[in-house]
Amino acid sequence: MHKYIIKRLLFLIPTILGVAFIIFFVLNLTPGNPGRAILGTSAPQADVDQLNEELGYNLPLLQKYVNYIRKVAVEQDFGTSYFTKQGVFDEVWPRFMITMRLACVGIVLSTLIGVPLGILAAVKQYSPLDTIPSLISFLLAAIPAFVLGMVLLFLFSLKLNLLPSYGLNSWQSYIMPALTISIPTAAINLRFTKSSMLESIRQDFVRTARAKGASERVVIWKHALKNALLPVVTNIGLNLGGLIAGSVVAEQLFSVPGVGSLIVDRIKYKDEPVIIAGTVLIAVCFTIIMLLVDLIYAYIDPRIRAKYASTKG
Amino acid sequence: MTEQRNATPAAEVFKKQSQAKEIWRRFKKNRGAVIGLILLSAILLIIIFADLIVPYEQATVQDMSQKLATPSPEHWFGMDSYGRDLFARVIHGGRTSLSIALLATLSSCVVGSALGAVAGYFGGWVDNLIMRSLDIFMSVPDILFTMAVVFALGANFTNLLIALTLAYFTNYVRLVRSQVLNLSEQDYVEAARAGGAGSARIIISHILPNAIGVIIVNTTLNVAKIILYESTLSFLGLGMPPPSPEWGLILSEAREFMRRAPHMMLFPAMAIVLSACSVNLIGDGLRDALDPHLKS
Amino acid sequence: MKDTILEIKDLSVIYKTDLETVEAVNGISLTIGKGKTYGLVGETGAGKTTTALSILRLLPAATGRVLGGSIQFDGEDVLSLSESDMCALRGRRIAMVFQDPMTSLNPVMTVGDQIAEALLVHDRKMGKEEVERRVEETLSMVGILPSRKIEYPHQFSGGMKQRVVIAMALACEPELLIADEPTTALDVTIQAQVLMMIKELRNRLGTSMLMITHDLGIVAKICDDVGVMYAGEIVESGSVEDIFSPGRHHPYTEGLFGSIPDLKSRARRLTPIAGLMPDPTALPQGCVFAPRCKKCQERCKTVRPKAVTEGTHRIACHLYGGQAAGSAQGISGGQDAFRRKEEQ
Repeated sequence: MHKYIIKRLLFLIPTILGVAFIIFFVLNLTPGNPGRAILGTSAPQADVDQLNEELGYNLPLLQKYVNYIRKVAVEQDFGTSYFTKQGVFDEVWPRFMITMRLACVGIVLSTLIGVPLGILAAVKQYSPLDTIPSLISFLLAAIPAFVLGMVLLFLFSLKLNLLPSYGLNSWQSYIMPALTISIPTAAINLRFTKSSMLESIRQDFVRTARAKGASERVVIWKHALKNALLPVVTNIGLNLGGLIAGSVVAEQLFSVPGVGSLIVDRIKYKDEPVIIAGTVLIAVCFTIIMLLVDLIYAYIDPRIRAKYASTKG
Repeated sequence: MTEQRNATPAAEVFKKQSQAKEIWRRFKKNRGAVIGLILLSAILLIIIFADLIVPYEQATVQDMSQKLATPSPEHWFGMDSYGRDLFARVIHGGRTSLSIALLATLSSCVVGSALGAVAGYFGGWVDNLIMRSLDIFMSVPDILFTMAVVFALGANFTNLLIALTLAYFTNYVRLVRSQVLNLSEQDYVEAARAGGAGSARIIISHILPNAIGVIIVNTTLNVAKIILYESTLSFLGLGMPPPSPEWGLILSEAREFMRRAPHMMLFPAMAIVLSACSVNLIGDGLRDALDPHLKS
Repeated sequence: MKDTILEIKDLSVIYKTDLETVEAVNGISLTIGKGKTYGLVGETGAGKTTTALSILRLLPAATGRVLGGSIQFDGEDVLSLSESDMCALRGRRIAMVFQDPMTSLNPVMTVGDQIAEALLVHDRKMGKEEVERRVEETLSMVGILPSRKIEYPHQFSGGMKQRVVIAMALACEPELLIADEPTTALDVTIQAQVLMMIKELRNRLGTSMLMITHDLGIVAKICDDVGVMYAGEIVESGSVEDIFSPGRHHPYTEGLFGSIPDLKSRARRLTPIAGLMPDPTALPQGCVFAPRCKKCQERCKTVRPKAVTEGTHRIACHLYGGQAAGSAQGISGGQDAFRRKEEQ
């Protein structure tokens, strides 16, 4: 098991290399160049070329890539922004932390809301405890996060004037972005947990547990639940992509200075160092969470644990 | 359309006609599913015959004198900030939004399921190769990747389709793989293997039919999700280039005029919610019809 | 009455979904004596498992429903017990072994924990060491190394899993063991082992047993009494001698025997029963077996046969029925026959 974890952590290295390459590659396909973007359309071509040269933008793709990786690995230097001329790390890190804070609030809220309600809905199937949350989650699953955010903004800022409409300066200002991110995911979690739980409840081993004389409470919470949670754990991990997307949207809607809106802004200027650093940071964080999900999965499913132990050392 | 697309694999699983009929019979009994089917058919009909209802020019012609006008008998949904008829924009916008969503669902399902089945069934280095590449791929959040791809390739129909497929096929790989992992431990698969059935045959005729429930539930959920995702992309300014109408784009324009013209936000949002809801209703109905135990 | 452990009278069970109603069990009656083994024989879908689940009240809550009849366990009416009394009964006094050992164990719990649970739900105060000791005892009783208690179900073979299931069922030394085709899912060689083990444990613990099977060989080996079930009804019942000796039999029982290869008369060809079981959502009006019966007469198609009793041997067939009065009340006619049997 320890070997497996170390192996997975070592896998972070190719992940980072791969992600950086993908971004370099994709950005290389785009038209335009940073010099033009920074100096504007009216600047003379000679100035633009000179700036591009200074920035190291004109080097061939692979050379640029290798240079970048060497710099990061050897000097821990993420380069300087083409656009602001500041150190990339200092620029990206604080904004990355803001996005992560939002995404974490999102993952916790959506799990805390969605999973228990889903379990309850399955256990009390056809009762109001099932039908009402199921109906609400059904509607929510059809509303895009940005529409939800707009509705929240319209209601709580414009009409009721209760919550600040932008920034992240007080705890109140967290409410709307956090809800925008987590409510759609909570709805998905509810649906997923409910169907997984219903599936689990009708398994043979649940009947065996009943036949032993176990009370309904034990049957549900001990036997059915643990088996039902296996796919739910995977699903929570898969949610993270949606949460990051949600936080990009929320950052745009509520003018939150997160890494998502930073990347969206800098894509226009082809600010490669910033875009790459931001994406790689998110990717690393993503990979670590995925590893945690797999570990939790292995922890609750002995069959998978056995597989890891035997095949992957 | 969606309904048929989803029903086809089911019909293949149960090769006997009677069982397809049985599924259809159970599907019909489900009130929500029928409502969803009617709703989606209506939406699709309106979108297909959009030109007969209101000409496309209406969606792009600007009449600044009627800027942000509220709904009226002449302009049912009111006017937007450039004085364009919102009714026409919503209906014609649906064409773009829904056809991208449906096509992207289909292509992501095919690509993802195939990779997942192969990874789960063969295991070993094949599994490792596919899953590790996928891990790298998945460690870039969909939205960033899609943004980069759309930005790099340019925003048009095909590129949006590519970007959405890239964003959504990964779900299928993981889910189908884990399904196959579970299923290939089942006795009947071993039985087929022992009977000398080839790998492709086992995957196609023994494992996929049994994983189809999960695939279908996911595919329908995904149609709705992709409708939402696609509108999110246009909201962020990465969808079809303006002035072509598109639900997310209308909403992003509506954002600035939220205080003065909330109607501009209401109708495209309703269109998104209604189509996603109807698809989800059909999906749920199909799931229950395919697997009656889940409900009873 | 004192030496009866289980008495089912006129039990009827349906499965009702919003689409259809399945008549799974239609007015069956049976009695199991203390320390005796009752074999319930019949094809798949005859209602054997439904009968077993009704005894434990484990019918699927959303669909299964007991329409009528009574189930007396040791003088207590099972059907009227509260849910908590029922929990105290399940596992402790009546235990069940299910058909498919592959799916009837919880994949995420060690087998030791699953056996321990059977003990602990009925005696919460049992000390940790006591539980461990009992788990180990039970495991070695079914021929599994006690050290394997920390392993998970996926680490056991099919036969071993079924042994675990049996260990779980026997952990509390129940008075009645319901075995629902315990060997059907196993290899033939393993079948014999598991069967002999069940038989030996039954003898050692003095457990009464309801053995559900479609294998007449198993019945002959371990049962005292037999009921032959077809389409939700017991068409013939009696002691093993009654059923296995030549003489008067229900045509369905004859059919069952005809379906078994006979070593002694090698020349005879296997004679399977033609046709399929009737659709349980639309049972025939007369005798349920009439559509497949070679000796079917006109009245078999319209009138439910009354049971005829001769000592312990009971047959519900027009061939032996003589007069068939009160045609419409076929089921209650069967019930009358049971009363007569009970009074003997």
